[in-house]
Amino acid sequence: MVNFIIDGKKVEAEEGKTVLQVARANNIGIPTLCCHESVAPTGSCRLCVVEVKKGKRTRIVTSCLYPVDEGIVVDTKSERVKNVRKLVMQLLMARCPESDVLKDMAKEMGIEPQPAFHPETDKGKCVLCRLCVKACEDVVGVSAIGLIARGKKKAVGTPFSEDSMVCIGCGACAYICPTEHIVMESFGTKRKIWGRTFKMQACDKCGRYFAPVDQLKFISQKTGTTMSDLVTCISCK
Amino acid sequence: MSKINTLEDLNKAKKRGLEAIIPSKTKIMVGMGTSGIASGAQQVYDALAGEIKKRKLDIILSKTGAMGMDCIEPLIDVMQPNKPRLAYSKMTAKKVPEVLDQIVKGAVDGVKPAYRMDEEDFICLDEKKPYVKGPVSKDQKDIPAIGSVNFYKKQLKLATRNCGMINFESIDEYIAKGGYFSLYKALTKMKPEQIIEEVKASGLRGRGGGGFPAGVKWETCRRAHGDIKYVICNGDEGDPGAYMDRSVMEGDPHSVIEGMIIGAYAIGASQGFIYVRNEYPLAVANLQRAIGQARECGFIGKNIFGSGFDFDLKIGKGAGAFVCGESTALMTSLEGKAGEPRAKYIHTVEHGLWDRPSNLNNVETWANVPAIISRGAKWFTSIGCKNNSGTKVFCLVGKINNIGMVEVPMGMPLKDIIYEIGGGIPGGKKFKAVQTGGPSGGCLPIDLINISVDFDALWEAGSMMGSGGMIVMDETTCMVDIARYFIDFLEFESCGKCVPCREGVQRMNEILNDICAGKGKEGDIELLESMSQGLVDGALCALGSTAANPILSTLKYFRNEYVAHVRDKKCPAGVCKALIRFSVSEEKCTGCGVCLKKCPTECISGEKKKTHVIDQTKCIKCGVCKESCKFDAIIVE
Repeated sequence: MVNFIIDGKKVEAEEGKTVLQVARANNIGIPTLCCHESVAPTGSCRLCVVEVKKGKRTRIVTSCLYPVDEGIVVDTKSERVKNVRKLVMQLLMARCPESDVLKDMAKEMGIEPQPAFHPETDKGKCVLCRLCVKACEDVVGVSAIGLIARGKKKAVGTPFSEDSMVCIGCGACAYICPTEHIVMESFGTKRKIWGRTFKMQACDKCGRYFAPVDQLKFISQKTGTTMSDLVTCISCK
Repeated sequence: MSKINTLEDLNKAKKRGLEAIIPSKTKIMVGMGTSGIASGAQQVYDALAGEIKKRKLDIILSKTGAMGMDCIEPLIDVMQPNKPRLAYSKMTAKKVPEVLDQIVKGAVDGVKPAYRMDEEDFICLDEKKPYVKGPVSKDQKDIPAIGSVNFYKKQLKLATRNCGMINFESIDEYIAKGGYFSLYKALTKMKPEQIIEEVKASGLRGRGGGGFPAGVKWETCRRAHGDIKYVICNGDEGDPGAYMDRSVMEGDPHSVIEGMIIGAYAIGASQGFIYVRNEYPLAVANLQRAIGQARECGFIGKNIFGSGFDFDLKIGKGAGAFVCGESTALMTSLEGKAGEPRAKYIHTVEHGLWDRPSNLNNVETWANVPAIISRGAKWFTSIGCKNNSGTKVFCLVGKINNIGMVEVPMGMPLKDIIYEIGGGIPGGKKFKAVQTGGPSGGCLPIDLINISVDFDALWEAGSMMGSGGMIVMDETTCMVDIARYFIDFLEFESCGKCVPCREGVQRMNEILNDICAGKGKEGDIELLESMSQGLVDGALCALGSTAANPILSTLKYFRNEYVAHVRDKKCPAGVCKALIRFSVSEEKCTGCGVCLKKCPTECISGEKKKTHVIDQTKCIKCGVCKESCKFDAIIVE
């Protein structure tokens, strides 16, 4: 166990925990976009920055990655922290002017859009948090989508922007997306995502179309469960 | 090539190498680094080879790396027994027959050499060997000695000790200069801890820009837990105008390799990687050849010098991303993934390449190691200044007379580098600023011309040493435009992983473009400042956190130029086209008509011997009239 101070409060935490985990456990709110319990943190959105004093050195770190340490003093609301968060929010609002999630977050944080940043029109609601890519690669294990290009041209997509043949239509990317950028359309027997249409499986008990056939096949292959055991939906199991 | 297992074997190779370096017959060396080849060295080499064959001359033709004075290349060095070594500058294939005539006659009566060298320095062996026994003959004495040439006078070559001196294709020549003797010493006479102590005591700091003490890094990596450890050489030099590392990798690849083997032994690593950008094909080829030679000799492989130490070394080629010069991005790239940095809260010396302890240093740092092991920490600390021992290699480029690569003891005043070594600013123009440290560095103004060029002084002044690029600017450079140039570069090179760098640098670029286009608004400067602070604090890696440096340093020293652009809609340096206007001075114009003829849009009119007029509606502000006017009659405001 390590002891340290966060926002003036003495806390005790398990070694290996991140500052963000400990802050949240102590009801200290830190905004995040790219952080999700299902995937390893990457520190790409920079919203969760906090100020950490260790010995004589004070610096800004990302709390989702910074491991707790004995004797550190953490300030989650310093001026420097606020300045970074403000910049990040204003930059993202200019990138994704349509996003209600961002608007609500900014409102809660008391941040107005920066008029000098001309709103973009072609980025949709994607903040490039890469949660979708990580979920597809690390959780689902198919890597149907990935990051393309670099810098301002960076985007999420399928390889060469063509239909991904490894995609199983599970929709994990859409579920994990914090800004509802990834569109998954379901219409009865079919589901459409990343340009491909997937055939849905009807539950052998209730008849509800509950999962893409490709996804069930993938699970069957991975786990060795027979398809006949997989065609019952969760509610009927 | 046979195995070199003992000191005796090493001495045999040294003897062979020495005969090749200072042969008993005539030798011509052509500077065949990239800078030489770019200015035509290959044609000179081919012409020499052809002419030597045609005349059936008994002359050795050899290749060497870049000596540094790029502005006088192609360069050939002529060595004749018991004569000073003569350097012929700006060689062409056409000059070859005449130079060969002179060599055959043994006289200097036609093409004049740029300088002569009377002795060869063997830094690692602490020896000097004269080319001439006895006094230098009278006609040769008239040729300036290298020590009297301003460009070389104050230089001290340690990391670049063999560049331009040995044939980079020959391991024997490297050994003759004392090469691999340090490795022998380290492996057979020193314990790993002793080597680390020596490097720590030498005060060697990372030459890639960070300036972190190399010995301390090595020690942490040695102590880190793990059976498999790596040593890595960062050869991903990508700063505009910087090519020090390229010159070392091309001209003296073995110095880097030897440094890495010593480092690996000290740290306990058995595998090394050299990460080179693929845009350096000659560096890649020369390193590859050198690694092959070192392997054949047994310097790479199992049981090196019978010490029981095994080491292997591979090259990883970069795919053209500037960000891969950042250590974590480099390691991610070596792993075969897209080069993106990651947070360094857990250091790479503990969890680096493939999550294993990894020690990364840059080319110049590694190249210094054999010299330190050979001559000792005390010798190394006698060079340079406090907390900045040794030398630093710089590339002097931009508005400077002597463009080239220079190596000087640290702590040298900036003015000595600019005015003495660099020979000042061309065209009688005034010095305005120098950008050190590449795009992440900053611009230093004339007020700081006496600054000591070392890691700490440059950092305090708001710039940094960086890897060693020095871009000199004269009075015709607009500092807002310069900041815009570097921000534009960084926008292109940002990996796009974190928001402040990907989106922030792009917005800063937009604001700077607006300012240069005369669309600057009240509050833009303050916004740039606050965004810069956000970037310093908020970006994930060093590329992002230092990306604002060009803006911050130009704002610090040239704020009035920003104000002139934003408030007065003027570009004081006369660069930003939207903010300038060309006109003709009635007083100075002689009506010669030169500008009228040169103007590409035919917007200048006027009778002979009468003041000419520029039609503002047609003027594209290209500046051709100003350049062509001999009477300084074109006004830019």
